[in-house]
Amino acid sequence: MTLPGVVMRRELRSYFVTPVAYVFLVIFLVLAGILTFYAGDFYERGQADLQPFFVMHPWLYLILVPALTMRMWAEETRGGTLELLLTLPITLWQAMLGKFLAAWLFIGLALVLTFPIWITVNYLGSPDNGVILAGYLGSWLMAGTFIAIGACLSALTRSQVVAFILTALVCVLLILAGQPQVLDFFQGTLPRKLINGVAHLSMLRHFEAISRGVLDVRDLLYFLLSTIGWLLAGVLLLDLKRVR
Amino acid sequence: MIETDQLTRCYGNLTAVDALSMRVEPGQVLGLLGPNGAGKSTAMRMIAGFLIPTSGTARVCGHDVVREPTKAKRALGYLPEGAPSYGELTVQEFLQFIVRMRELKPEVGYRRFDEVVHRLQLEDVLGVCIDTLSKGLRRRVGLAQAILHDPPVLMLDEPTDGLDPNQKHAVRQLIDMMARERTILISTHLLEEVHALCNRVVIIANGKLMADATPAELEQRSRYHGAVSFSAPGSGMSQEMLGRLPQVASIEVDPLDGRITVFPKPGERILEPVERLLREQGLEVSEIQLERGRLDEVFRQITTRDGSHANTANGGTP
Repeated sequence: MTLPGVVMRRELRSYFVTPVAYVFLVIFLVLAGILTFYAGDFYERGQADLQPFFVMHPWLYLILVPALTMRMWAEETRGGTLELLLTLPITLWQAMLGKFLAAWLFIGLALVLTFPIWITVNYLGSPDNGVILAGYLGSWLMAGTFIAIGACLSALTRSQVVAFILTALVCVLLILAGQPQVLDFFQGTLPRKLINGVAHLSMLRHFEAISRGVLDVRDLLYFLLSTIGWLLAGVLLLDLKRVR
Repeated sequence: MIETDQLTRCYGNLTAVDALSMRVEPGQVLGLLGPNGAGKSTAMRMIAGFLIPTSGTARVCGHDVVREPTKAKRALGYLPEGAPSYGELTVQEFLQFIVRMRELKPEVGYRRFDEVVHRLQLEDVLGVCIDTLSKGLRRRVGLAQAILHDPPVLMLDEPTDGLDPNQKHAVRQLIDMMARERTILISTHLLEEVHALCNRVVIIANGKLMADATPAELEQRSRYHGAVSFSAPGSGMSQEMLGRLPQVASIEVDPLDGRITVFPKPGERILEPVERLLREQGLEVSEIQLERGRLDEVFRQITTRDGSHANTANGGTP
């Protein structure tokens, strides 16, 4: 097993020996179900697709991903295990990658466990399963970006609460960046090009494109690059701690 | 081998470790001594590659800890201060995690795992969550973690802190056993440990190296070195006689238990003349002792006086 793999395995093990994993899974699945059927008008729309399901994902991640990632580095810093980890023959980047992969795979598992909704929609009608697959992919990619943000901000502080709040804050800003209300706010104060730039930062915009089944390279790159960028920033933050 | 070369670390305006240069050879057990906050842990963290030096560098088995951190870390077994470990894991899970992180071959890994578990007597707690272990057991798990890959260089930050006397003894035996071909650096503020374990002592205070010597050499610096002490009830008369001995510099009486300590003039041996005198006086002496010197006194002397002239006394280590 490679070193990031070893870290990933230990991290997953920690999820499952503490209640974190089970609490997360239960809340995720229950909320996803409730929001889809009640808030999302799953039946009333009379359409055989999972749009109401995927639309809720950014908001679910907004609450649940920071809870998953807040302990990632903050707890290692506070408990002193950071010293242990970083004096083992592993680079910071490998350690970060291992931790990220653990959280990402875990969210992947949570997504897989939503399969009853997929079965339901296939039972009730004949949806385009390609679009649904694209929706899952987009959701998973978006989760990756959320996790990377959480990983970075968890490296910033030794307090899990601070890590949670900062992560949620950054995520909500990125979700809302493309909303008309936000863009209107900047209208007049910022040049047009910059406003377009802000709109392009929006997660919702890229996620909605993918979940409609439009796999544009630019949307995929947006999630991929921002994930890598946040992870790199986290590694830099950790490195800075060793110098300062 | 561990070498540090002008190793320096600053936190803002505070210089925690100040141009520390030393060298530990295979077969040596070096005790890094100093008051709390002297920079022992900071120095070790830099050697272990956790903190990056502000200036200067350190080498482990010839590998620079800044330029070749992975190679240096492979050669090193390190027990951080407080023996941190992942508390939610069981002892077995934790040690297996370390085996994998050390990238040991499976057959080597299994053998080392068994050896280390046996040596540190962890068989009974393998399936127990580390969080629920006693402090002593947790420290043993930390030690197991440090020696799992049979490293040529071992660095232990306060290895016996929080252990009971039996556990301390066991850990010291373990270190003794490992000492033969390895380079071992331990930090401690227990002076008894220095006697029990170390064949070399480095004392640091305020981040600076204040002394580098063997424990015996340090003891010789104590004013108690060569002094003779004894308990004898009703010895008031003989004190005067003792003071008249040509080799004796001074006499002190412990106000609590009445124990008398006779200090020699420099270079004089006074055990025999004192004994002879006591016999001639017909005094009943229950027990008489030749003092080797008191490390705690030397330690206090070195770490509390101004460091400017301390270096000249220790044989020229910069």
